[in-house]
Amino acid sequence: MTALVNIHDLKKSFTQPEGGKLLVLDISEFQIAKGEQVAMIGQSGGGKTTLLHLIAGLLSPDQGSIQIDGIETNGLSEEGRDRFRAETIGYVFQTFNLLPAFTAIENVRLGMAFGSGKHQHARAGDLLARVGLQDRFNYRPGQLSVGQQQRVAIARSLAGRPKLLLADEPTANVDPSSADSVLELIRDTCHEEEVSLLTVTHDMQIASRFDRIEKLDEINQVDHTTASS
Amino acid sequence: MSLIHIAWRNFCHRALSSFLTTFSLALGVGLVVLVLSIYGVISEAFTRNASVGYNLVVGPKGSPLQLTLNSVFYLSQPIENLPYTEYMEFLPQDERASMVSRFGGDPKLAERDGRYAPYIAGGFAIPLALGDYFGEFRVVGTTPDFFTKLKHGPNVDEDFTFSQGRAFSNFSRESSYFEAVLGARVAKEMNVVLGEKFYPTHGDPSGQGHEQGFTIVGILDPTGTPNDRAAFVNLEGFYLMEGHAKPIERDPEENGEDLLDEAVNAEESNEEQSDTDAQNDSPTADAIATGSKSNGVPLVQNEAENSGSVADSTPDTIESQSSVEEHRVLSIPEREVTSILIRNGNIMFAPGMQNAINEGIRAQAAAPIGEINKLMNLVVGPLLTALLAITGITCAVAAVGILVSIYNSMNDRRRDIAIMRALGARRTTVTSIIIFESFQVALIGTIAGWLLAHTAIVLYSGKIEDQTGVQVGFFTTSNYEILVLPLVLGLALIAALLPAWAAYRTDVGSNLSA
Ligand SMILES: Nc1ncnc2c1ncn2[C@@H]1O[C@H](COP(=O)(O)OP(=O)(O)OP(=O)(O)O)[C@@H](O)[C@H]1O
Ligand SMILES: [Mg+2]
Repeated sequence: MTALVNIHDLKKSFTQPEGGKLLVLDISEFQIAKGEQVAMIGQSGGGKTTLLHLIAGLLSPDQGSIQIDGIETNGLSEEGRDRFRAETIGYVFQTFNLLPAFTAIENVRLGMAFGSGKHQHARAGDLLARVGLQDRFNYRPGQLSVGQQQRVAIARSLAGRPKLLLADEPTANVDPSSADSVLELIRDTCHEEEVSLLTVTHDMQIASRFDRIEKLDEINQVDHTTASS
Repeated sequence: MSLIHIAWRNFCHRALSSFLTTFSLALGVGLVVLVLSIYGVISEAFTRNASVGYNLVVGPKGSPLQLTLNSVFYLSQPIENLPYTEYMEFLPQDERASMVSRFGGDPKLAERDGRYAPYIAGGFAIPLALGDYFGEFRVVGTTPDFFTKLKHGPNVDEDFTFSQGRAFSNFSRESSYFEAVLGARVAKEMNVVLGEKFYPTHGDPSGQGHEQGFTIVGILDPTGTPNDRAAFVNLEGFYLMEGHAKPIERDPEENGEDLLDEAVNAEESNEEQSDTDAQNDSPTADAIATGSKSNGVPLVQNEAENSGSVADSTPDTIESQSSVEEHRVLSIPEREVTSILIRNGNIMFAPGMQNAINEGIRAQAAAPIGEINKLMNLVVGPLLTALLAITGITCAVAAVGILVSIYNSMNDRRRDIAIMRALGARRTTVTSIIIFESFQVALIGTIAGWLLAHTAIVLYSGKIEDQTGVQVGFFTTSNYEILVLPLVLGLALIAALLPAWAAYRTDVGSNLSA
């Protein structure tokens, strides 16, 4: 299997409010193969979201390389990275990040509005139906429950036919039985469309369904237990 | 989903703020369009009125603007009057001869062509006599030529047409010389019908009524010219009204006309303008001197006048007679005209004629189009420029409103922009969305403002047509109106620059919540 994601010597730190740098991530090697599904667990504040942002190109690393599908994303221009993101990556945000001005179906369509797969209106409806929201197309995020919003976010992340789906705790806001079906939905869809999946979760039961479970705290050379104390 | 759709969603999401911004822009644009339309109506009214069908107005010396105002627009007071012989100077010998034999006067007048007759060259000279009123409308004494020779309309090719009746004739068995034709607005406002008689009042609208009535034989279709506001009467009848004849002095023609003839001869014998100047001026100057010595006709007749209307001082020339047949027309020395409308058959002759007349002593010739344009540039132009400047500022304020509205929403939008960026939108894409949004406000505001203004115009179109003769419909647009949309879009673009730049600069990572 060839690697879709190939991370090498990655370092990321943030400027703290009181000044000074806080190193959050220091990863020497991390790969995800094409079509592979990976669950990532780790303590809160451990840098999981930060890692997903780095992979998505929403943050730039301090150093190191992130290759996705053979492309060094760090070397792309800002516009190139936007385009690359539109074409290659689907993202389910921890806080959903739905656009409040748009209806459920429009939010899903926005997921494919900026890539090359525009105007596949039918797909937006299909995806919403698959997450069980066939009767909520024209609801705005404010009119949906938190769990429903999460499902819209999932549908949106898949709308642009990504090669890599990054899901930040996609089942945190649904009841356990729904969590199971939502996760199955994500996994099945990724499987059907040969999408690689990196899911962050706190739920060991969920994680245990994956072939591969990564503990960030083991890969990451920054020790957050001492760093945060 | 298209960018315009996305921009529209954002517009709707902040409905109240968007509505208020758009509404204030609509008011600004409405004001501008209204002013432009009024400008259009006024300039159209002016050009219409300038398309008078004649190229020169001749009247007594004085302000050419005043001459134009009273002869073209029937406004203001006539300066004074010209002797009828001055009018005859525009006529060829045969017509002059026939006048002398019909009206009576110095036989010498019949012996030559009028001094200015050659310049007419197939055109016409139509006399006007002003001074009386019918209600608030001017009574205009003229000849039937007025209705057959004058044209009007934008291309000056439309004949006068009658909604009822016909033009007055010079003399008719039933009404003698006392027939009248009313302009469309006069007929409407004075509420008179065909066959009725009206009695002009003398001097000003509240003046005393004449005893002589005129029978209305025709009512003109609206022309959109000042003629709609005039009551035309037969010049012969006008002269016969009490007090309209000029008191006859003893032997008036002898002195005056001999000298005029001299002047003519002097002019005729000299083709070159400079020579004409020299030789024409002196004998005419003599004419005044002689004329005043002998209580001469041409220059002093109106001293007693208070309104400058056709002579009114000695009402003893004609007795009122009951039998129409027995009216005697006035003799040439008793006649006066207020002004003469000239159309040169060949327009090349107009400047020469204008010079020749203006070099004379009694008369001046004014080009009405020039006078109207001068008036327009002097008075109306600056006023409208000021109005336009004010409305332009209004538009700029509305544009600032767009800026403020969008810029204020930028705080809420930062997250939206970051999300769209995370979904793969480029910087230029989110920037375009902001600009589209501004354009949306501009487009909707402009259309709404245009509709607002034109609705207002249509509501007042009746009044506008009554007052100016200009017909305005919903889709009547002035030339400048077409510029409003690009102008507002330009302003909207400028207004959008700052927020668009902020959108461009929005950082994705720090504006995404997890
Ligand atoms: N923009 C930022 N500026 C400064 N520090 C940041 C910034 N974003 C994240 N951090 C810090 O980086 C660390 C990792 O944050 P991150 O959001 O990646 O954690 P996480 O593993 O996703 O935690 P959770 O499971 O609670 O979501 C935290 O200590 C956080 O305070
Ligand atoms: Mg997180």
